[in-house]
Amino acid sequence: MDFGPHLFLATLEGAITAAVISLTAAGLSIVFGIMRVVNVAHGEFFMLGAVGAWWVTTAVGGHPAFGFAAALIAAPLFVGAIAALADRLVLFRLGYDPERTIVATIGILYVIQQVTLMTFGPDARPVEPPFNKRIPIPWLGIGENGLELTWPWGLATTTYKLAVIVAAAVILFGVWQFLSRTRFGLLMRATQLDREMATAFGIPVRKIYARVFGFGAAIAALGAVLIVPVQQAHYLMGTDPLLLSFIVVIIGGLGSLPGTIVAAVLIGMSDGIISVFFSPTLAKILATLLVAFVLVFRPQGLFGKAQA
Amino acid sequence: MTGNLKENSLHVGVLVILAALFFVVSDYHDGNLARIMVLAVYAVGYNLLFGYSGLLSLGHALFFAAGMYGLGLSMNLLGFAALPALLVGIVFSAGVSAIVGFLALRTSGVAFMIVTLMFAQAGFLTALHFGEYTRGDEGFVIQQASRMIAGIDLSAHANRYFAAFGFFALSYVAVAILVRSPFGRCLVAIRENEERARMLGYDVWMHKYLAVIASGTISGLSGAAYALLFGYAGATFASVQYSILPLLWVLLGGAGTTIGPLIGTAFAFYLIDLASEITTAHLLVVGLTIVLLTLFAPQGISGELRRRGLKWLP
Amino acid sequence: MNLLETRCLSRSFGGLKAVDNVDFAVPEGQVRALIGPNGAGKSTFVAAVCGRIRAESGSVHFDGKDISRLPAHRRIEMGMAYTFQITSVFANLTAHENVALGVRRIARLGRRDIDQKVMEVLDRVGLAERSDQSAGDLSYGHQRLLEIAMGLGQMPKLFIMDEPTQGLAEGEIEEFKHLIRQLAGDTTILLIEHNMNVVMETAEQITVLNSGCVLAEGTPEEVRANSDVQAAYLGTG
Repeated sequence: MDFGPHLFLATLEGAITAAVISLTAAGLSIVFGIMRVVNVAHGEFFMLGAVGAWWVTTAVGGHPAFGFAAALIAAPLFVGAIAALADRLVLFRLGYDPERTIVATIGILYVIQQVTLMTFGPDARPVEPPFNKRIPIPWLGIGENGLELTWPWGLATTTYKLAVIVAAAVILFGVWQFLSRTRFGLLMRATQLDREMATAFGIPVRKIYARVFGFGAAIAALGAVLIVPVQQAHYLMGTDPLLLSFIVVIIGGLGSLPGTIVAAVLIGMSDGIISVFFSPTLAKILATLLVAFVLVFRPQGLFGKAQA
Repeated sequence: MTGNLKENSLHVGVLVILAALFFVVSDYHDGNLARIMVLAVYAVGYNLLFGYSGLLSLGHALFFAAGMYGLGLSMNLLGFAALPALLVGIVFSAGVSAIVGFLALRTSGVAFMIVTLMFAQAGFLTALHFGEYTRGDEGFVIQQASRMIAGIDLSAHANRYFAAFGFFALSYVAVAILVRSPFGRCLVAIRENEERARMLGYDVWMHKYLAVIASGTISGLSGAAYALLFGYAGATFASVQYSILPLLWVLLGGAGTTIGPLIGTAFAFYLIDLASEITTAHLLVVGLTIVLLTLFAPQGISGELRRRGLKWLP
Repeated sequence: MNLLETRCLSRSFGGLKAVDNVDFAVPEGQVRALIGPNGAGKSTFVAAVCGRIRAESGSVHFDGKDISRLPAHRRIEMGMAYTFQITSVFANLTAHENVALGVRRIARLGRRDIDQKVMEVLDRVGLAERSDQSAGDLSYGHQRLLEIAMGLGQMPKLFIMDEPTQGLAEGEIEEFKHLIRQLAGDTTILLIEHNMNVVMETAEQITVLNSGCVLAEGTPEEVRANSDVQAAYLGTG
């Protein structure tokens, strides 16, 4: 394949990564923005979403679309419930002390991951996509007869992959609307501004925090359900999304949703492109170093405004 | 007995018991203990920063791995002898901690944790990227024939035990003296109330910086000693898991106590050893212990002892 | 000679001028009180003097040197001591260690000499018997005294105290006044104080701040008689 088509394909793969990462990162960002909790176990909630999707699709049977539709609803609910439980049992009791909650979520990370290993097993398991039509992509290039439309071999995508990108955009829009338009969204933002004040006004902060934590995890799980037909479910699959989400959230500015999405697109695309042309490891080295330097020299994120 | 005399007797007692254990327990446990003592050096280094200075790093695997690769690569690629290679490992980890500390200390709290995590991750990925030399996750073996210092074969059972003992005793005593010195007292003051320490005229930044370098170098010593005594270096030791483990050991044994790191490392080692006989998911123990400790015993084992009467415990 | 001097020192917070072009000087050995209504900028002013916060403009001179650009710890090193308005002791360390931290920095002494010095200082504020207690377990009044002891232990040239008598009992305030009189002459003291009784009895000179500016300066008698001060601060009586 020529350079042009190759680049195009890399961009497309990058867009899919960006779509999923923006969902995962949005969950991390909401939890941090409202609760000031850095959730290191976030990647495991993503993994649980994928594993949950496998359980559901296997149990439902019939046409893959039925199982997948069921998984889209059941897996995020299940993961959200587990996260809310973790909040009530652990984070709440720590009084949301920043350092202790980080340490505790590290523990939760191992617990979830290892329990999955014990139940789901060490193998990667596929989930069938609800639809999956191959779409060859034409390429405009200079051939023997001058400018011509060709169909390079290998330059193709699937309807499902395109659907992932669209779905992620729709979900993010929905989350945005949910946070800005609904009563629950309003309550969440009220607790974000001032926890004590919110408590004084009779807002049930404790309940809201559990739901926020569950909500953040559920968004990550939703991202995982979307990607699992492309990627397979595995008990260690949470590590990469966790790292990428951290990168995206920090570069986008902690707690800022629009910044997070811009950064997700930027990081997802460049990760895809650098991975194809250089090496995936090199792409990750550069990204992690970028995060470290952003935190050191521009803690408000690349797109955030400095606080007065 | 005065406080100091009690402390000194405790330190001597711990070391005497460790040396004597070699003649008491079985070969199997000797092997375990040698490993525990080398890893406890890592915990001692971590404790200096976390326990005494109050800085929570999630990236110490970088320093451990710097020592390990400093020794391993200089032996395997450059043909260094064991002793100069050990020095390379120590100097390399000191250099890496000097750079990381300089940058990371511009931040504090949660940002400090994430910055150190990211630097360590970059280090881990770098080890993978240069798989040609490091052989990545698989790692490489350091030949038994080259693991000699002054004609002593460090891979032999008893030699290895006492070399591990030597490394542990060195770092244990060094840190015990350090934390009793004015420098160490100031670190504790910074941990307790940074602003007050500054307004007593202490250069808080410089104290923290030196603490990072000392802590990173001791961790690097542990990594180099591990590669030297057990003849293996691999990227796993640079992974996040090896940044979390010293945190677990120190939390378990008791942060900010001199014997905590040893107790925590030994305890966690046998706990994981026991768990792995039952299940492949032995890291579950790590997770559960961390969660339970943060919830119910944030002071760890020796912290609890101190609280329940042994107030003099250093 | 002036030990401390500020020239046109200013600092504002979000548009509000907390300290506004303050020219100020304390000669060596004087006990100077800094008074003014709440929000007059007293605490901000001393914080800018000892470097806890940065001044936006103007300069600070101490012991003949321009220290405007030095970080807080370097200023303290030069011979300042500062006690916090809101009690800020090392709660988990013993009273002894709290004071020893200050003593150790200024004197490269052996352990025994440091112990002796610490006990001397603790004795001076009446806390010698409590030297082994955790600072956090001390009563509020004792913590205030410990705070003063931490400053004394540093044997400063300039001792800045931010409302030291706040929360002290009657008897303790008497002791405090006695302590200040003892120190007077050797140590230059800059005292922010609300208790007028303490101010009038201990200060040689008083500076009155109002809205970030120096309103008046003089001996206690002069300040008491100043009509501006009466209007702004003392009410009319």
